Amino acid sequence: MSPASRFILAAAALAVATGLSACGEREQVIVYKQGKYQGKPDTKPWENDPNASLYTTSKWNKGDQTSWEAAVKTRNLSQNEYNRVQ
Amino acid sequence: MARMKFLCDAERCIECNGCVTACKNENEVPWGVNRRRVVTINDGVVGAEKSISVACMHCSDAPCMAVCPVDCFYRTDEGVVLHDKDLCIGCGYCFYACPFGAPQFPQAGAFGLRGKMDKCTFCAGGPEKDLSKEEFAKYGSNRLAQGKLPACAEMCSTKALLGGDGDVIADIYRQRVLKRGKGSEVWGWGTAYGKPEQKAAPAGAKS
Repeated sequence: MSPASRFILAAAALAVATGLSACGEREQVIVYKQGKYQGKPDTKPWENDPNASLYTTSKWNKGDQTSWEAAVKTRNLSQNEYNRVQ
Repeated sequence: MARMKFLCDAERCIECNGCVTACKNENEVPWGVNRRRVVTINDGVVGAEKSISVACMHCSDAPCMAVCPVDCFYRTDEGVVLHDKDLCIGCGYCFYACPFGAPQFPQAGAFGLRGKMDKCTFCAGGPEKDLSKEEFAKYGSNRLAQGKLPACAEMCSTKALLGGDGDVIADIYRQRVLKRGKGSEVWGWGTAYGKPEQKAAPAGAKS
């Protein structure tokens, strides 16, 4: 292979490599560095006594996240009048 | 649990402002601060008038959290975006960042002096002892700690405004749209920018 064709081959390989480098998948969403919350800690809703409120129909076991979620889901589903009014 | 979200059904909202009133009453929101408001487009145009109730959408990737210089925002396990008023400096960056205009600033003095930011808490209170006087004074009612959902959604007379677990309310809305056969087209890309088969709106048409 002549030096000229070798040069052309190298230039072509460089051009292909440069072109393909633009095909890499980049993150399209701006990811900001999440600041660390500096304020006071908050308690979880299920850590409260369900009897602390006078007017509520929701019942759960204090400290039990699953039962609280079930109680809220029941309340949530009652927003669907297709289920309430049959 | 999935994330707590609001969803407003524009086919059902009758612009009664019951949600706004319920929010004001439940949280004793001061004069000049509106955690929730009803936005109406094509007001008075028969057949084209649509209303939605807007408040903090408790974004999964909240811009207010990103821009806050004192990092006073946090997200609860239920996906509710809350903030610590003791830390807030009332700079207003969150207001500029929020696409919904949710952050509100009470007037704290003469010449438009801003107080600490106030916004919808999804009726989840804030970083004070749950159901305490301090929590109520700063953040309003904590209904989630009582096993309830936000007052605005539970008070909505037409059940246009749904609040709660995003998956559940999406199912309710989906069932609704299927039953009545319309309604979901109010939102989305096609509505905002036109569908490919639709002709472009004539020049000078009201948006």
